[in-house]
Amino acid sequence: MSGVALPLQLRGVVWKAGGERRLDGIDLSIEAGARTIVLGPNGAGKSLLLRLCHGLLQPSAGEINWRGPAAAEAAGHQAMVFQRPVMLRRSAAANVSYALKLRGLDGEDRRARAAAALARAGLSNLAAQPARALSIGEQQRLALARAWAIEPEILWLDEPTASLDPAATFAVEGIIEAMHRGGCKIVMTTHDLAQARRLADEIVFLHRGRLLERQPADRFFAKPATAEGAAFVAGTLHW
Amino acid sequence: MQQFYDSFATALGLIVTIDPGLVEIVRLSLEVSLSAVTLAAFIGLPLGGAVVLFAFPGRRALVVLLNSLMGLPPVIVGLVVYLLLSRSGPLGVLGLLFSPAAMILAQTILVTPIVAALARQFLEDLWSEYADQLRSLGVRRDQALVTLLWEGRFSLTTAVLAGFGRASAEVGAVMIVGGNIEHATRTMTTAIALETSKGDLSLALGLGLLLMLLSLAINGAAYLIRDLAGHRQ
Repeated sequence: MSGVALPLQLRGVVWKAGGERRLDGIDLSIEAGARTIVLGPNGAGKSLLLRLCHGLLQPSAGEINWRGPAAAEAAGHQAMVFQRPVMLRRSAAANVSYALKLRGLDGEDRRARAAAALARAGLSNLAAQPARALSIGEQQRLALARAWAIEPEILWLDEPTASLDPAATFAVEGIIEAMHRGGCKIVMTTHDLAQARRLADEIVFLHRGRLLERQPADRFFAKPATAEGAAFVAGTLHW
Repeated sequence: MQQFYDSFATALGLIVTIDPGLVEIVRLSLEVSLSAVTLAAFIGLPLGGAVVLFAFPGRRALVVLLNSLMGLPPVIVGLVVYLLLSRSGPLGVLGLLFSPAAMILAQTILVTPIVAALARQFLEDLWSEYADQLRSLGVRRDQALVTLLWEGRFSLTTAVLAGFGRASAEVGAVMIVGGNIEHATRTMTTAIALETSKGDLSLALGLGLLLMLLSLAINGAAYLIRDLAGHRQ
């Protein structure tokens, strides 16, 4: 695959469920480079936003368009890691290999790329283990290795460390950093302020289905532009 | 009660001495039911998965139909297959009526909805777990079908076993389309029905015992396989 699919442009995106606007009037452009952290309290619509961007959901109104030269094959340039890793009932290596097979890779090439991805995620010694027998932290690292193996241009991460202990969180953040250094665009949701401070280059702040702020991270944390943003940074915004 | 014990003793004798008449009947029963269940698995498992994965007009109606066909009375299936295969019927030229092939056909029709409906229920749950991840990885619907069937293989054996239970236990369909002809289409269930009505309870009881033992053995083996494989997963 050649070319780039980014930037991704959202215009007036609405997502309704049962007559309720769970996301409303979202205008956002996602460019290559900076690590974008989508912040907001529970129910703000962070996961919905990611799923819409990734193409797992279709907007009720508005437009989501890839603007890059490879926009037509955008699906092949993305990967997503979910809060709860979903592993197939087969070995760790076979889980990575499965993703590569779906991308049309075969034989030695596929084996080599799967092995390399497992090595980068520090999972080589677990390659032959049944994926579902791994700890939740190891499974999440495996999910990242699987995403890494397909060498996406953009990686969506939906609260990837919400179910993990601090050590596993550290390991996962390390892999995310390494992917970012390798040129992969990171877009990640979290409700964890400390994590956002560690990882964010820029913040997209959602509240009750609306995009209230988009700021460089240092500016957002120092001087939020909205009352809701300020309350969230202060830890006093609950919903 | 004495008659029961006598019959029981004679039945055990028939089993222990491997009575040739008994062996013939047991072999035909297994051939018919296992063939029917194999065919039903090849049709029903992908059908159950396809109902989960593919959107097509009449999908909901098909789900309701499959669920209600699970309780299809064997005599109705027998009657319909009889009409199809009888000399004046649309498939009469095949000359299959009163043959094991007719019995396999009838049992396949009987069992396929059971396998398909149970597979659909199970695969629907599995798909709700996997859908986002697999779609994110870029899976096509046909690839997803293969993946789901493979991922669900151990639980899907339950659906197939339920089908086998139904096939091996039913009398009505094989009686009508097979005709219970000695040395040709006599199965365990049709023989039990016949021998009981003739008053030869020992043969009926022996066959009944064997039928239950076979069912126990097959279910036990399937359970063991699933258990062993489950541990390796």
